[in-house]
Amino acid sequence: MSGGMIFAGAGAVLFTMGLVGVVLIGPLLRRILAFNVMGSGAFLVLVGLAQRDGGADPVPQAMVLTGIVVAVASTALALALARRLHRLTGRTTLSATDDD
Amino acid sequence: MSTSLAFDLLLAAALLWSAWRTLATPDIFRAAILFIVFGLLLTLAWARLAAPDIALAEAAIGAGLTGALLLDAVGALRARRDSAL
Amino acid sequence: MIPLLKRAAVILAAASFAGALVFAMLDLPAPGVHLPAAVEANMAASGVAHPVTAVLLNFRGYDTLLEVGVLLLALLGVLAVGARATPPAPAPGEPVKRMFARLAAPLMVLVAVYLLWAGAIQPGGAFQAGAVLGAAAVLLHLTGILPGWGAPGLRLRAGLAAGFLIFLVVAGALLAQGAVLAYPPAQAGRLILLIEAGLTVSLGLILAGLFLALSRDSGDEA
Repeated sequence: MSGGMIFAGAGAVLFTMGLVGVVLIGPLLRRILAFNVMGSGAFLVLVGLAQRDGGADPVPQAMVLTGIVVAVASTALALALARRLHRLTGRTTLSATDDD
Repeated sequence: MSTSLAFDLLLAAALLWSAWRTLATPDIFRAAILFIVFGLLLTLAWARLAAPDIALAEAAIGAGLTGALLLDAVGALRARRDSAL
Repeated sequence: MIPLLKRAAVILAAASFAGALVFAMLDLPAPGVHLPAAVEANMAASGVAHPVTAVLLNFRGYDTLLEVGVLLLALLGVLAVGARATPPAPAPGEPVKRMFARLAAPLMVLVAVYLLWAGAIQPGGAFQAGAVLGAAAVLLHLTGILPGWGAPGLRLRAGLAAGFLIFLVVAGALLAQGAVLAYPPAQAGRLILLIEAGLTVSLGLILAGLFLALSRDSGDEA
């Protein structure tokens, strides 16, 4: 059991946790949080699995670096859409029946 | 070796716990703060994975900028809700 | 409220999914290709001495090119969705905070330039430098020195697109070499620094823009 494997396992659990959140959570802001947790889990799996024998691997590291920047851009876009929805309709969820 | 392994296990547990609290906390403001904590713990994990480049980016972007965006959104939604009441 | 049964089913399915994932990872055979060795073997031709920077801007440069395009699109989306013609005047911040921001901002620009330069030989590079620049702009905005964004002017637009355009021009000019973004080894270092400088400015502006464009609609839309 190496450090890389530990974090890859934690990443898999984080990914699933985020997935459950995206499916079950109604309020959009919290769903965006869950989506971010999911992405972080995927990043951990990517780097942790590649480094399970120890030793840094620059290829997945560079890909995750790209991924983090894309994740913040998509988060900003999602937040913009959620705020627009709230401004226009006063709702914080996607469903018509507001069960905040 | 075993000390660093124990630290890794502890860090992984802290990551899972903070993510769980982030998603389970009913208060959205607290959830945003916990997400920032999660990002900072993740920064430590990147440092443990010998990825200082990602650690730098995670601290600045993942925890910093995303946290600021989230808190700003929470503030805006609350301000509008309060003014509507 | 989601029925309890559905909730339980989702959590059960997710738990078994996570378990299967972890078992599969523990069972994984050793990788057939050893990528770190491949990177190490080609470092001399990459033009930089830091492996992650070499992968980002040389070996997998097209990833980074497309990523900047994605960022630009995301900012366009944010600007389009948060439609409001005139940004509100910046709220006057506290004098101590303003003073701190005025002191910190030039230092942050200095750190960004250092990170950009250091990226060639050690951890750092355009992404981190851009993030620090963006953070400086956010700090200035939060202390009421920098106003939120309305419609960006011509110079701002040029700055936002500069990184992507410089990258595209370099990629286009190198197409004659027969591959996408295959730098000639002699010029690779200089080309990478040029692209990274453009990327730093654009990333800083885009990341700041994501925040400044969003934060202008705080408060009510009466």
